[in-house]
Amino acid sequence: MITSTFVPLVFVGSFVAGLLGSLTGLGGGVVIVPLLVLVFHVNVKYAIGASLVSVIATSSGAAAAYVREGYSNIRMGMFLEIATTLGALVGAFLATRLPAGIIGVVFGAVLIVSAALSLQRVDPLDTGAPPDRLATLLKLNSDYPTLEGRLEYHVRHIPAGFAMMFGAGTLSGLLGTGSGAFKVLAMDQIMRVPFKVSTTTSNFMIGVTAAAGVGIYLRRGFVDPGLAMPVMLGVLAGSIVGARLLLRMRTAWLRLAFAVVIAALGVEMIYGGITGRF
Amino acid sequence: MAETNAAQSSWTDERVEKLLGTLLLTGVIVSGLVVLVGGVLYLAKYGRDPLHYENFDPQRASLHSIIEVGKYAARGDGRAIIQIGLLLLIATPVMRVIFSMIAFALEKDRLYVALTVIVLVILLLSLFGKVT
Repeated sequence: MITSTFVPLVFVGSFVAGLLGSLTGLGGGVVIVPLLVLVFHVNVKYAIGASLVSVIATSSGAAAAYVREGYSNIRMGMFLEIATTLGALVGAFLATRLPAGIIGVVFGAVLIVSAALSLQRVDPLDTGAPPDRLATLLKLNSDYPTLEGRLEYHVRHIPAGFAMMFGAGTLSGLLGTGSGAFKVLAMDQIMRVPFKVSTTTSNFMIGVTAAAGVGIYLRRGFVDPGLAMPVMLGVLAGSIVGARLLLRMRTAWLRLAFAVVIAALGVEMIYGGITGRF
Repeated sequence: MAETNAAQSSWTDERVEKLLGTLLLTGVIVSGLVVLVGGVLYLAKYGRDPLHYENFDPQRASLHSIIEVGKYAARGDGRAIIQIGLLLLIATPVMRVIFSMIAFALEKDRLYVALTVIVLVILLLSLFGKVT
């Protein structure tokens, strides 16, 4: 294959990944790397470099819309970004040191976990307990718009959530993904933040987390412009179209189908990593 | 006292959120357009080249200096123009953090100015620090 056939094909593949990622809320990043590695035989390190760049584009684009609607908790996002950016530095450093096979296996395992997580989402119930002292001190408690007006919520278990965010950041830097599923998990399951707030705040944080990882990627030669270009433009275009369609579509079945595809890609990545294909 | 503070900061928060949204969107659109222009020039020049993505070579794609990239971009080299676009894209979240820091400072929220500075330092460390 020559460059002028490769680029349009990667663009189309990335477009589909971005479209499905935004329709299912899982983000395009999770399927870009397996697509590039398994279908286009791109080295894992170039693949995660191009993927992390596209993650910045889609998260900034989506965050722009959410921030304006007033769902994101900007203080909580900023506080937790300390954890995710530190994690991303550690993850990106590991990515420069670890062999491609191990990255492939970790990637596969994370895909399978993300697929499982995407299927069970329950809005956490507020227990009505008094607010955590740390949350009050850090001014994390806030409110968000609902049909019945602005509703208050309390943020809980800050240290555990912070630790989980460090882990999410590490995975983002190691695998070139947004790790949105893990950020949401930390916020709604551990910190007990309403779903709408956790998903939008997570999106808001992903760009900064990814930028922390990309700095190291850039200087270590992970970001090839010829590959990053169609991936970034494809995922971005796909996610814009996806966001439009989302308003008019029921996505429950799509979510299930996508989870199955992701889990299958996960198995394939683990297999490829173990057998030394990467 | 506490009430007037809350009222003031919620008003400021709302404006900050609107501005943040505009900043993020502008960054993505501008960088996307630069990458697109670079992509067209890249295909025109390197379209017939064979692919080289199977084996990782850290020397090939690493960004050695911004000045060098600027020089090539000025000559209309597609690869360098894409790299400029990618740098603009990466600068978008960094700008967002700087902007938040200013906004927290205007709201006189010292705690959050400090927390934002920590995030900014980590980002700058990643972008400009020494990697070993």
